[in-house]
Amino acid sequence: MSNNSASGLVSLQKSVKQLRNEAGIRRIKVSQAAADLKTFCLQNAHKDPLLMGVPSSDNPFRPPKSCALF
Amino acid sequence: MGEIEQMKKEAEALKTQIEAARKAVHDTDMASAASGVAPAPRVQLKTRRTLKGHLAKIYAMHWSTDNRLMVSASQDGKLLIWDSHSGNKVNAVPLKSSWVMTCAYAPSGNLVASGGLDNMCTVYNLKTPVIKTVKELDAHTGYLSCARFLSDTEVLTASGDTTCALWDLETGKQKTVFLNHVGDCMCLSLSPDMNSFVSGACDSLAKLWDIRDGQCKQTFLGHTSDINAISFYPGGNAIITGSDDCTCKMYDLRADQEVISYQDAALNSGVTSLALSMSGRLIFAGYDDFNCNIWDSLKGEKVGVLSGHDNRVSCTGVPPDGMCVCTGSWDSFLKIWN
Repeated sequence: MSNNSASGLVSLQKSVKQLRNEAGIRRIKVSQAAADLKTFCLQNAHKDPLLMGVPSSDNPFRPPKSCALF
Repeated sequence: MGEIEQMKKEAEALKTQIEAARKAVHDTDMASAASGVAPAPRVQLKTRRTLKGHLAKIYAMHWSTDNRLMVSASQDGKLLIWDSHSGNKVNAVPLKSSWVMTCAYAPSGNLVASGGLDNMCTVYNLKTPVIKTVKELDAHTGYLSCARFLSDTEVLTASGDTTCALWDLETGKQKTVFLNHVGDCMCLSLSPDMNSFVSGACDSLAKLWDIRDGQCKQTFLGHTSDINAISFYPGGNAIITGSDDCTCKMYDLRADQEVISYQDAALNSGVTSLALSMSGRLIFAGYDDFNCNIWDSLKGEKVGVLSGHDNRVSCTGVPPDGMCVCTGSWDSFLKIWN
């Protein structure tokens, strides 16, 4: 056997082993997966500043309206 | 010769089997499942800060876990550490090689890292009186496209040599090499539980890896060009990818497939970067056309745009507290929006 086909075979064997592993995983239905993602998103929505908007009083990137030093 | 033919046949059969298994659970898609969800509000964010200081294209930025400091990398040969609240530069780290492609902030805030066409990941200590190089991680045979700290002692890298690697910062050596991509690795994202990570590459595949055993657990197909950006969805059950094929996609890990694609016929620029809002609802995706488009991750609709850069948006980042989004550009500026 030439060197090329030997390394080609080894590389193929690795690919096949990898594909076997990936083929063997358990998969859940997309409807279940989507429902869970939806739930997660909606449950955390109220804590999401970019989604809810940041009131200027709480916004570290906005200058305070007044700056009393006394 | 017969053995090779046999193996090739087996490989094809397995690919067909995987495709069939995915189809078998594909009873809907994300957009349909979210049809009853109220649309996300029209998102209109304002620029709160424009950070000026770099003298050339910005290639990367990363937030510190303190939600305030961030590091940016530019091909002017510098890393700049910014206080985003004041807009002031806190530190400047001169780089040995100006061809930088990535930067990272350690969760502790003690270290930052950079790397690029020098094929190395250089780690710097910010807490010594003068910033010092702690380690040069040198083993990749291709450019460093992305680096992320797991802790002050472990770093994950993605490289143009098609591998990703886990490094021990004390020895400076690779502990694990993640081999499976057949194209340059362009990006990586750590899972929230830190047990796995995903990588995107120029072979148009995204792969899920187990950090400890080094194995590729899942491969995600669908993109038709280089994947430049990748991020775990908060919660850890899905990932979002951005590609040169002008689309972003969401893949669910448990269903093992693409569940929605974020695309628009009018968009024909590649996606360079992406970041998610805290709940995952909003995707901020930077494009070659100088804009950052905002997508509703559940419904697949565009809900806003961040316009303001005069060149490609190369990097985006949302801090852990989700209070803003930062965009970095080839126009040499970083902008903070909320």
